[in-house]
Amino acid sequence: MEKYLIMNPLDFPILSTIIFLPLLGIALILFMRGEGAVKVTALITSIATLFLSLVLYSHFDPQTPLFQFGESLSWIPRYRISYTLGIDGITILLIVLTALITPACVLCSWRAITDRVKEFMICVLLMETAMIGVFCSLDFILFYIFWEAMLIPMYLLIAVWGGPQRDYASIKFFIYTLFGSPFLLVAIIALYLVNGTFSIPEAMFRNYPFHFQVWVFLAFAIAFAIKVPMFPFHTWLPAAHTEAPTAGSVLLASILLKMGTYGFLRFALPITPAASFAFAPYVIALSVIAIVYGGFVCLSQTDMKKLIAYSSVAHMGFVTLGIFTFTQIGFEGAMLQMINHGITTGALFLSVGIVYERTHSREIYDNSGLGRIMPVYVGFFGLFAISSFGFPGTNNFVGELYVLASAFAWSRSAGFLAVAGAVLAAAYMLRLLKAITWGREDKRALTDMNLREVITLLPLGVFVLWIGFFPRPLVRIMESTLLHLLRQLQGFTH
Amino acid sequence: MLLLPESAMLLLSVVFLFLSLKGGKGATFFWARAMALAGFVVSLAALSGEGSLFYGAYRVDLFSQIFKLLLSAGYCFVVFMFGSDEEVEGAYLPDFFMFLSFSTLGLMMMASSVELISIVISLEISSFSLYAIVPLRKSQTKLQLEASVKYLFFGAISTGVMLFGMGYLYGMAESTFLTDIVRALPEFILQPVGILALTLTMIGFFFKLSLFPMHFWAPDIYEGASNTTTTFIATVPKIAAVALLIRIAMLTPSLPPQLAGILIFLAALSMTAGNLAGLVQKDVKRLLAYSGIAHAGYLMLGIISLGSGGGASAIFYITIYLFMNLAGFYVITLLSKNGGNVMVDDLAGLSKRSPLLALTLAVSAFALAGIPPTGGFTGKFFLFVSAFKEGYLAIVIIGAVNTVISIFYYLNLVRMSYSKEPGDYPPVLLLFHEKAICYALIFMILYMGLVPFGLLERFSGAF
Repeated sequence: MEKYLIMNPLDFPILSTIIFLPLLGIALILFMRGEGAVKVTALITSIATLFLSLVLYSHFDPQTPLFQFGESLSWIPRYRISYTLGIDGITILLIVLTALITPACVLCSWRAITDRVKEFMICVLLMETAMIGVFCSLDFILFYIFWEAMLIPMYLLIAVWGGPQRDYASIKFFIYTLFGSPFLLVAIIALYLVNGTFSIPEAMFRNYPFHFQVWVFLAFAIAFAIKVPMFPFHTWLPAAHTEAPTAGSVLLASILLKMGTYGFLRFALPITPAASFAFAPYVIALSVIAIVYGGFVCLSQTDMKKLIAYSSVAHMGFVTLGIFTFTQIGFEGAMLQMINHGITTGALFLSVGIVYERTHSREIYDNSGLGRIMPVYVGFFGLFAISSFGFPGTNNFVGELYVLASAFAWSRSAGFLAVAGAVLAAAYMLRLLKAITWGREDKRALTDMNLREVITLLPLGVFVLWIGFFPRPLVRIMESTLLHLLRQLQGFTH
Repeated sequence: MLLLPESAMLLLSVVFLFLSLKGGKGATFFWARAMALAGFVVSLAALSGEGSLFYGAYRVDLFSQIFKLLLSAGYCFVVFMFGSDEEVEGAYLPDFFMFLSFSTLGLMMMASSVELISIVISLEISSFSLYAIVPLRKSQTKLQLEASVKYLFFGAISTGVMLFGMGYLYGMAESTFLTDIVRALPEFILQPVGILALTLTMIGFFFKLSLFPMHFWAPDIYEGASNTTTTFIATVPKIAAVALLIRIAMLTPSLPPQLAGILIFLAALSMTAGNLAGLVQKDVKRLLAYSGIAHAGYLMLGIISLGSGGGASAIFYITIYLFMNLAGFYVITLLSKNGGNVMVDDLAGLSKRSPLLALTLAVSAFALAGIPPTGGFTGKFFLFVSAFKEGYLAIVIIGAVNTVISIFYYLNLVRMSYSKEPGDYPPVLLLFHEKAICYALIFMILYMGLVPFGLLERFSGAF
């Protein structure tokens, strides 16, 4: 146990507290009547979780590649299933991102959700518990339970509070993302029968026979590729993103899509290194296709949410591209892009939600020409739009640069196509930005952003610029974990 | 003392026998509930009983007592759920309870029988009572009559086939005691006669469990019988069937590959046929019937892997199966007007008409589909681990794929109640005890999902 897990140095179980604090909020909300009280409780709960996650961040030791803040309790001893939690340089950032996005989701729903507010906030907080739980779990079964438990509140968010086609979109989302899970479960059981335990770290870096690795990798890859979503499995994403309420789209884009890439980094690479290496060319090919294809599809969209949804396909292509180059810079770029995409795309969906509340339309034409009417809004929107295509000085520039550098190191043609995709991103984002700012001349009675909306977007805007100009702190946090991962992998692939 | 749970159930039946002679319903519901609860408490108290009766034909041990406890829990829930005057003619109410108790008595005896003739007798006690209550439905249509005739014929045929198999077992062992058969069987187990004898004997219980190919009765009987009768038939007899299947499978120390092959084949067909047919159902009870056929297939995973803890997995699964089905059927019972059947479309907007019922249905549907953190997932997981450990990878993968197929129709129930508008369906108002039952079922389903270890240890202790 000690060889990979540093026990929690604090005098309270901080990871469990962060995971289950939203559940406490839900317990309080269940006994409340007024909508105002429900909203305030949800907001306070999510901000308290954010605060705790920052405490976690400040105590995090970036020097060690081991899992930190460990907690371990026996759960189902007959099958050696335990309640083991721990975080490393990969997950600490994703946890902080989750804790940062959730208050924004509560805030952006303040006025937008009028029907069944209580149930809505319960779903959002349930999502937070499940998402942080996924990132903290060091036991396969615990992980799987959180992983699947995310589906139910997300399904309800889309099915109950979604747009006109919510019925279709929610079913498609649920069935599509569930399709991969049974394979994941079978792979987990197979690993258990070999290792005799469901502990995740104990399954890593073992010399499994190659054909066994191939099957396990394929099972993992189906489950994770659907979540990412990688190119041929992406069709659930535009429907779900478009029909979900703003908070749902933000949670989907910012956190849920990261589950897939996190799965590749945490499971596929360390557990099946040789198979990952063997399949890398295919994964990279699919990533490059996603980047270019996503860019072209975005060019022809007239619906703002759909455009951003397809741009996610392209952006997540960069992440998988970075991961499967097996280079230090590729891993770091992929991690940075996971965080950056969470911030930027989340912020873009929030922005669409803000304008949708005023015009009740997601069509680009209905929302264009806002430059004079809503200057503050267009200012924020412009920042997030240019960040989305990686304008120098914004967060995505750093991450894409890392990934592109690693792509060229892997193969020149892959790098070239990825660069083409990055240019396409500039084309569709600038087209959108131009329409929103100058597209129409007529005056409409629209109010600019209010204080609540500014507070929702401001922290994300700060992060866009901060990571853009000064990414070092983030890289420092993840560096040793990723370097350790790479060293271990090199031992297996050469 | 050893026969406490059985005596309690027998007493219940006799009391209702006299009540039925008197006529008139009076406080029937109250007495039924009070006595069912007492029966449950008695079964709980008798959990640690151990001993052998009737020259070794009847064994009381932890295995049988666990099953009796489950049976009486199921019976108790069914009695508490039954409260509508619209389902059964008032004059027949005491008879209805009498047959229900007699059937449970027979099932309890099945759990303890370790001798072929007592197995057959207890099976018949439980079956004949059920044949009698299927037509007891207050309804204008003749659907329940068709159902009862079908049930009778299918039951008779499966008993005949089972007796045929038992005849072979007797022929090999020259004894009707299971302990003697265990001793005689290794000699024959690799010959066709051994395989045939075991398979045919199991068929009688496949009927109770509604496993392919003995599943044809289930959808029609579920549709034709009254809601409460269906709730009972869909849950309680299956518990005893699992007990007997485990007992028969334990006759051989390890399953011969041919027999395992047959069982795996039947399990795969049962899952797939049940789930595919479930996709197109309009009547919720028919839908749950096909779901039950699919779940019977999952349960066989435990029966074929007894050597790797499959027995405990199977008991765990039948326990969670009891609770998730009770929850599903309870929603139907409460929703149905005049005791009629509920269509999937009738669920529209349930989350607005009654949030608690919608939640109960959702928890039940997600559990049936096997989604964490419900007990349905934990149960399936234990079954998969046992079967995989035994080396039956193919059936594990088929089971996993079937989970995905089934999610569509389970999710459809949730979808109807959450994303459709209620239209002109009226709100559903619940009484206090109805809410309490809903909460209790939700609690049990989640409890078995999150804290399964205590129960699992208990069940493992029975082997």
